[in-house]
Amino acid sequence: MASHVRGLPLVAQAEGVAAGQWKSRDLVEAYLDRIARLDKRIGAFLLVDVEGARRKADIIDKRIAAGESLGPLAGVPVGLKDIFVTKGIETTAGSKILKGFVPPYESTATARLEAAGAVSLGKLNLDEFAMGSSNENSAYHPVRNPWDLERVPGGSSGGSAAAVAASLCAGTLGTDTGGSIRQPASLCGVVGVKPTYGRVSRYGVIAFASSLDHPGPFGRTVEDAAALLEVIAGHDPMDSTSIPQPAGRYRQASRAGLSGMRLGVPKEYFQAGMDAEVEAAVRAALDELGRLGARLVPVSLPHTKYAIATYYLICTAEASSNLARYDGVRYGHRTAEASSLEELYGKTRGEGFGAESKRRIVLGTYVLRAGYYEAYYGKALRVRRLIADDFVAAFQQCDALVTPTSPTPAFKLGERASDPLQMYLADIYTVAPPLAGVPALSQCCGFTKSGLPIGLQTIGPALGEEAVFRVAGAYEAATDWHRRLPEDPA
Amino acid sequence: MSSHDYEAVIGLEAHVQLGTVTKIFSISSAAFGGEPNRHTDPVCLGLPGALPVLNRRAVDMAVRLGLATGSRIRSRCRFARKHYFYPDLPKGFQISQYDEPLCEGGVVTFRLDGEVKQVRLVRIHMEDDAGKNIHDPSGVSFVDYNRAGVPLCEMVSEPDIRSADEAAEYLRAIRTLVRYLGISDGNMEEGSLRCDANVSIRPRGESKLGTKTELKNINSFKNVRDAIEHEIARQKLLCGRGEAVVQETRLWDPDHGISATMRSKEEAHDYRYFPEPDLPPVVVDETWLAAARAALPELPEARHARFLGLGLSAQDASVLVAERQIGDYFDQALAAARALPKKIANWVINEVLARVADARQLTDEDVPVPPAALAELVDLVEKGTLSGKLGKEVFGRMWQERRRAGDIVAAESVSLVSDSAVIEAACRRVVERSPDEVARFRAGNAKLLGFFVGNVMKETGGKANPKIVNEILRKLLA
Amino acid sequence: MPRINPQEVREIAILARLRLGDAEILRLTHELDGILGYIETVQALDTGAVEPMTHAVPFDCPMRADELGQSLTVEQALANAPRRRESSFEVPRIVPGTGVA
Repeated sequence: MASHVRGLPLVAQAEGVAAGQWKSRDLVEAYLDRIARLDKRIGAFLLVDVEGARRKADIIDKRIAAGESLGPLAGVPVGLKDIFVTKGIETTAGSKILKGFVPPYESTATARLEAAGAVSLGKLNLDEFAMGSSNENSAYHPVRNPWDLERVPGGSSGGSAAAVAASLCAGTLGTDTGGSIRQPASLCGVVGVKPTYGRVSRYGVIAFASSLDHPGPFGRTVEDAAALLEVIAGHDPMDSTSIPQPAGRYRQASRAGLSGMRLGVPKEYFQAGMDAEVEAAVRAALDELGRLGARLVPVSLPHTKYAIATYYLICTAEASSNLARYDGVRYGHRTAEASSLEELYGKTRGEGFGAESKRRIVLGTYVLRAGYYEAYYGKALRVRRLIADDFVAAFQQCDALVTPTSPTPAFKLGERASDPLQMYLADIYTVAPPLAGVPALSQCCGFTKSGLPIGLQTIGPALGEEAVFRVAGAYEAATDWHRRLPEDPA
Repeated sequence: MSSHDYEAVIGLEAHVQLGTVTKIFSISSAAFGGEPNRHTDPVCLGLPGALPVLNRRAVDMAVRLGLATGSRIRSRCRFARKHYFYPDLPKGFQISQYDEPLCEGGVVTFRLDGEVKQVRLVRIHMEDDAGKNIHDPSGVSFVDYNRAGVPLCEMVSEPDIRSADEAAEYLRAIRTLVRYLGISDGNMEEGSLRCDANVSIRPRGESKLGTKTELKNINSFKNVRDAIEHEIARQKLLCGRGEAVVQETRLWDPDHGISATMRSKEEAHDYRYFPEPDLPPVVVDETWLAAARAALPELPEARHARFLGLGLSAQDASVLVAERQIGDYFDQALAAARALPKKIANWVINEVLARVADARQLTDEDVPVPPAALAELVDLVEKGTLSGKLGKEVFGRMWQERRRAGDIVAAESVSLVSDSAVIEAACRRVVERSPDEVARFRAGNAKLLGFFVGNVMKETGGKANPKIVNEILRKLLA
Repeated sequence: MPRINPQEVREIAILARLRLGDAEILRLTHELDGILGYIETVQALDTGAVEPMTHAVPFDCPMRADELGQSLTVEQALANAPRRRESSFEVPRIVPGTGVA
């Protein structure tokens, strides 16, 4: 069993458990064994809930043995980015300021996973408060890319992407604010989906930038991701920005084929600055999609060049606000000695936040100051509208867009850590969809000569997840990039 | 310039806690008091990941307040985050409204010394309340979040107020109004009505505003008056000495009757408002507005005018409109009685209000003397079945024993003796034993009639019909 | 000319209640200057008539009924408190009117 789960799709595991072919407990043990052996080198987990996973798996097995019909993910071991609040299980958001925080409530997405029968193996590493593109901003330890341990897995959901790539979980949840699901999915060669804004509830997802935060799934295959999304999507009255429409049938869409679809190729996403191997792989993927029956249409998203600036204005402003609650009073880190409120706040926050969080808090505070609002935040909200309108216009001409996910494959740890602006600029292809709120998926479309995965991004119109899954599913069915697995580290 | 040459210019920011069952953005109880941190949930405690969900009743109450003050209700308003750090503020920001509040404009009308005053409103907006800091003598402080998230309406007035008394009366009018609307108990002691004041002075006749100070912590009607009076005097003193008033926030210390600088203009907050991303714009449509408008009760000012039209004095009308329940009680009694409104008003004001602990209980089902019972009693008095004095006694027993006037009168023959023969006998007894007084009366001391009447009443145990007593005495003494 | 200087960063850090060392202030000043320079590209864009996009969803604010739900127990509310006394959270002495900037 232990070797069997390596590369085994989540959907196959769910079917195996439902058919009585495998026990959930065996799957859990197989993954726990892999985690114990391999995660020392990868660092995907912040917390492995060994006992909890075993207990839940045994319950599932008993119920299946008793003939009960369980949810669609019954018995499947999953991992959760440690930004999803889990009742009774420490939740840190990758930050020292939340060290030891044991929430008294459960996020909607993880509650839905559990209700569907999934078994959580534990909490996955991330950039602190989901701020970063390399996972080097975790306050605990970095995550390494399973394809090359010298390289980053991407971020901020680096643990979630690496855990799927290294077969440490059957599937995982992450969050995407400016690319935090799709970019690590690209760098780790797995499937990552950022659904439409509001499609998956944010209730219990520790906020980074509220108007941009999108929870979503990672899977080894398109169908795996679709299966996870079907479970976690859908209206939640606890989130006032939750879309009222029910979840779609994404698994079905992923098998529907793409013939007759018009796929837009935005020229702004194929400009200078892209790695040659990435460009070659993405162009080859476009050709493949054409062969599969799609009609490729050149389109333009003219405000793309403003997306990164707009994104960083909005996300830092919202982050400075969302991170104001970490004050050492109700939970989390508190400085050892404080004789005044000023000291309590200044020291607690100065000690508790890492460098990137501080950078964004300061920038966000700066742009929201009286007298600066209109020039920065207000301006960004207007440009955001223009960027969203670009997508609306583009989707008049096509059913989905196809682009690269990241301009480069995985880079080395430390390579960009000293230059935050260069790190931000690498989000060029991923920041616009969350600004517009439209769904997007990243999947593997090839490898560099040195064996690093390259990601293809498919972007759909708002509420158009089905279109995205059709493209991604058809591409995957016609290629075998997703079957390649990284070597287990020694 | 002497201090009389200045006038004060005052604007108030009143915070009204709305009387919802749950908090504005979450499902825990909004009840006052209780064990610290007994009424919390992930949202109002500001736990990571928790999200606000708006309480419709809180919006409805704010809409009613807006309609009652004649404000323009925005069909589409927004919440905004207002940032500052304080232990009682769990999220590091308050969810308030900024440039798109629910209500704009409007006016609060009230009477001061018989004169009608109007204070215009800039806006009314919704927000969540903070928790409570408890300052402990041990050198640390404690925080209780039971109050965190209780819905508030902040009513910002134009600087239309000209004196401390006017400010206090304006605030009373707000209390009366919110009680009429049933949206708050307006209790300053429990903090369900709170206020800050912006105070400046300027030479009379000047239209430009002077430099203002903001007074905080003025949370009783007395504090409002005292603090504002003190601040006006302080500013006049400064101006008298040729010194400038400094724009600042001052904290009122009610124990010592003084205020002190809390923070200067330079230290003023930078609240960094921005639209609350967790809550889309709030829409109040025409259907909602129409329903809220239809459900509005008669408001204090309209009722006051109506009562004047019934022939009541301005003073009586003021007493009867002070609480919605007093006026309701009066109206119900009036509807059931044949007596004049003025008579009913006297009974309500002098007897009923003297006995009820809280006038708001007057319309409770178990009020000892319901309005119809009062009407019956007043009619008995007006008919002459009972004297005024006897009527009051009967009222006392009605209140104590929860009985109807008719029962008491029938069962215990407390009704007035109107039998002239009985009365005449009593009058004769009094006249016969008072020869001196009879002589003096006949000599022209008309005031002595009262002496005879009093004695006849004693003879009859107060039951003689005073009208008949008077008639017979005049005949006997002629 | 730099867009931001260390004194401004220091003021912002105070506003954001972040105690930062001098070296941190200098490093942040340098980094923010670069980031702001980049961010300013949006200011060249004419957005006169454009409605700000505050939310990525097209619907109005949903509202809930005023009904009690499951609140936290006092123990749950305080379980994560770094310092507490009885049923309250403990903080350093608050001088009324201070600590708010």
